[in-house]
Amino acid sequence: MARTVLNQADITRALTRISHEILESNRGADNLVILGIPTRGVVLAQRIAETIRRIEPAATGVRVGSLDVTMYRDDLAHTRTRTPSRTHVPGSIEGATVVLVDDVLYSGRTIRAALDALGDHGRPTVVRLAVLVDRGHRELPIRADFVGKNLPSSTDERINLHLLEVDGDEFVSIDGGDGPAHVGAENEDAS
Amino acid sequence: MSSERAASTRYLIRGATLPDGTGTDLVLADGRITELGSGLSSAGASVIDAAGLIALPGLVDLHTHLREPGFEQSETILTGSRAAAIGGFTSVFAMANTSPVQDTAGVVEQVLALGERAGYVTVQPIGAVTVGLAGERLAELGAMAASRARVRVFSDDGFCVSDPLLMRRALEYVKAFDGVVAQHAQEPRLTEKAQMNEGALSGELGLTGWPAVAEESIIARDVLLAEHVGSRLHVCHVSTAGSVDVIRWAKARGINVTAEATPHHLLLTEDLVVGYDARFKVNPPLRRREDVEALRAGLADGTIDIVATDHAPHPVESKDCEWDAAANGMVGLESALSVVHAAVVAGGQLDWSDIARVLSATPARIGRVNGQGQGLVVGAPAELTLYDPSASRVFDREDLAGKGVNSPYLTMTLPGRVHATFHRGYATVLDGMLRPIAEIAAHGENDRG
Amino acid sequence: MRHLLSTKDMSRDDAITLLDIAEDMADVADREVKKLPTLRGKTVVNLFFEDSTRTRISFEAAAKRLSADVINFSAKGSSVSKGESLKDTAQTLAAMGADAVVIRHPASGAPHVLAESGWIDAGIINAGDGMHEHPTQALLDAFTIRRRLHQGGARGKGLDGVTVTIVGDILHSRVARSNVWLLTTLGAHVTFVAPPTLLPMDLTGWPAEVGFDLDAAIDSGPDVVMMLRIQLERMNAAFFPNSREYSRRWGLDDERFARLAPTSIVMHPGPMNRGLEISSAAADSAGSTVREQVANGVSVRMAALYLLLSGDREDS
Ligand SMILES: [Zn+2]
Repeated sequence: MARTVLNQADITRALTRISHEILESNRGADNLVILGIPTRGVVLAQRIAETIRRIEPAATGVRVGSLDVTMYRDDLAHTRTRTPSRTHVPGSIEGATVVLVDDVLYSGRTIRAALDALGDHGRPTVVRLAVLVDRGHRELPIRADFVGKNLPSSTDERINLHLLEVDGDEFVSIDGGDGPAHVGAENEDAS
Repeated sequence: MSSERAASTRYLIRGATLPDGTGTDLVLADGRITELGSGLSSAGASVIDAAGLIALPGLVDLHTHLREPGFEQSETILTGSRAAAIGGFTSVFAMANTSPVQDTAGVVEQVLALGERAGYVTVQPIGAVTVGLAGERLAELGAMAASRARVRVFSDDGFCVSDPLLMRRALEYVKAFDGVVAQHAQEPRLTEKAQMNEGALSGELGLTGWPAVAEESIIARDVLLAEHVGSRLHVCHVSTAGSVDVIRWAKARGINVTAEATPHHLLLTEDLVVGYDARFKVNPPLRRREDVEALRAGLADGTIDIVATDHAPHPVESKDCEWDAAANGMVGLESALSVVHAAVVAGGQLDWSDIARVLSATPARIGRVNGQGQGLVVGAPAELTLYDPSASRVFDREDLAGKGVNSPYLTMTLPGRVHATFHRGYATVLDGMLRPIAEIAAHGENDRG
Repeated sequence: MRHLLSTKDMSRDDAITLLDIAEDMADVADREVKKLPTLRGKTVVNLFFEDSTRTRISFEAAAKRLSADVINFSAKGSSVSKGESLKDTAQTLAAMGADAVVIRHPASGAPHVLAESGWIDAGIINAGDGMHEHPTQALLDAFTIRRRLHQGGARGKGLDGVTVTIVGDILHSRVARSNVWLLTTLGAHVTFVAPPTLLPMDLTGWPAEVGFDLDAAIDSGPDVVMMLRIQLERMNAAFFPNSREYSRRWGLDDERFARLAPTSIVMHPGPMNRGLEISSAAADSAGSTVREQVANGVSVRMAALYLLLSGDREDS
């Protein structure tokens, strides 16, 4: 029995708020690089970048890209082989403010892998983390700087996060652990 | 109980089916078949219920590698004899590629004696054609013929007598004592480093090809030589359709040639090589489906005279390796009758009297061995096997009685099973089980003593 | 992927996935840190029963860029050359905890035997077995062709409609075998050109056209010409009369090279016999991918090692 917790409008509002918060904490869009973690994090990163450009039309400097973390995961030997996604880091991140964007924050292991991956591309001044949903149950000392929605859940519950560009519809829902297997980044993070 | 049987010299086999399909009882006594007919008396006899079993004359294998002397880690004359008995054989011809080579009277007499001591089958030594199988000088063919081993079959098997002049001389020379040269037909230059049948599959697998013409060209040369000098030629393990054609032509021309096919070449094809499992590596190599069909047809029409196993045991490490490094050869005595059953009897190309001919009478005649191949008639030596054609089994290592486990049939389902084998009137196999070594050795002692 | 033994049984999807991952691996070479932590703690053994410095260092570089530990086990001068069996060697490597074995062996099928034997549980990569296959060479060739044709947009694409002419000693070539299966699986059309003595005697079932005339093949305007190395000792075994005649009839000399379209790709798996099967002008031309092939070899082998060593080995 899935229960919808965010609809499309809620998601748009949450991303708008996150965009504002990023601008505020960075004091503008200078030297800002927004990197999404595939698959859905990339979509969210692009939307945040667009929103920032809309809010501050002068902010032409904001750069957006993708950062695949497959090769940095600590669970490669324990799951089926993952096909990596594309990494695209737009220009140098040396001295930049990098905002990592993911859909659901869970154990924190994906973000740990992302920080390692990022380090191999250069040395940003600051790294921030934005997520649409934080469902708790961290296994590592990692927290998000910008959160769309805190969604305390039990480990046998499942968070479904759909985005128009990837899934054809858009919502965040939660259901009991017995539901059918579902494709979603939150499951990958559950190591 | 075993001692009781050891003492028993009289058997009544009740209700067996002869190769021609008629039913009969048989009485074996004093090493002979003494009575045939129905309702024979069981007085003083061990009775064997042979209902549903086919009685075949004891099988004769013209082509066996017993490996002793010299390669006892692969097989001994005793272990190979046991493999033969469980396969229904009462006589095997022991190929000459031992160490020392069976190229002198001394060695062939030693092999003969070891066979007698084992007592499971008649072990008839084959003599080498050339000294040390080296293909250079004739071995002492006359001395081997005149020895206690009475050698009549000469072969460098494993190697081809490729020198045409030497082959001509050998063919001529053995006429002096009614001998025959059994040729391993393999042109050496055309088969350098050869690994499998040459064709589409060898190209794909990247294994050096072993062309059919390497066999066919030698057979063609040899039948013409045999014709020219008026000698008897036997062709070992014919494996290609072209070879069958050449032999058919030679026979039509009146050339005195006989030929054998192995059970494996009658059943298996080169497709088995795909997984590089060295159990399927054999000389000559497994061939195409068309070749298998041609061999079966040749056996059915008499172009191919006999089936011979080319039983070739090897130690495990010779097969547990990459294909190129593996030894050629398969064990075959234990499975031969079942494989021939599957290959040519099940499909109706041969019947059981044909089997009696190609696996007993004709090989005994080609090899001129005494006391074998005389059929199931009153007065003939009591050499016979009882075969259950309705049985079926997944062939496994338990079915192998020799030292070699390099059987290509492991895990395959094969028809039939040897129920009992009698050699010189005593049982070497009863109820599908080999009789104990000591019991058989005691029988052998009695016979000689 | 449990093992990488041949390209014959590789599906189009699997091949494209591997080539796409190789694109990602190639991107790593452009980064500040040219190394990934992916295979940290894994042990890759290069088990070479034949000398091939090029292939070995390519695998070694690939494994090291993925942070694996690499052990080079050369059969030359070791217990192996003193008669130790493949089985004993494999069991030694198993005891050392090898996760992957990259094997080069002069016997066709040796990697197969190693993979099927149960002597060792490691993933096996065939780095060239006798005259059978050399799958990573074909994968790097396909990768090179795809990059040349599609540049940055190569991901996800096959080689549909690409015409490839492979010239030389097809009979003894594991490169030709691996290429014919892989390239046709990816949609290319393959033609072999060789002296009749250097072709397998029966090519039934091979998805390739066969010709003896290199000039006719050149004039048909192939997208790719792949020249194979000719071993001079072949002429002693009567496969062809001498190197001059071979070069004249089956070499990519300056005159033939000039007749190729400017967009044609010229490939060679190396090492080259300049002036024999390929002229220097052809080898050093803009159309030549000889050096790219070497660089791409590392990316493709990284992809292969990743697919072999990531994921649960039980359920692959
Ligand atoms: Zn032979």
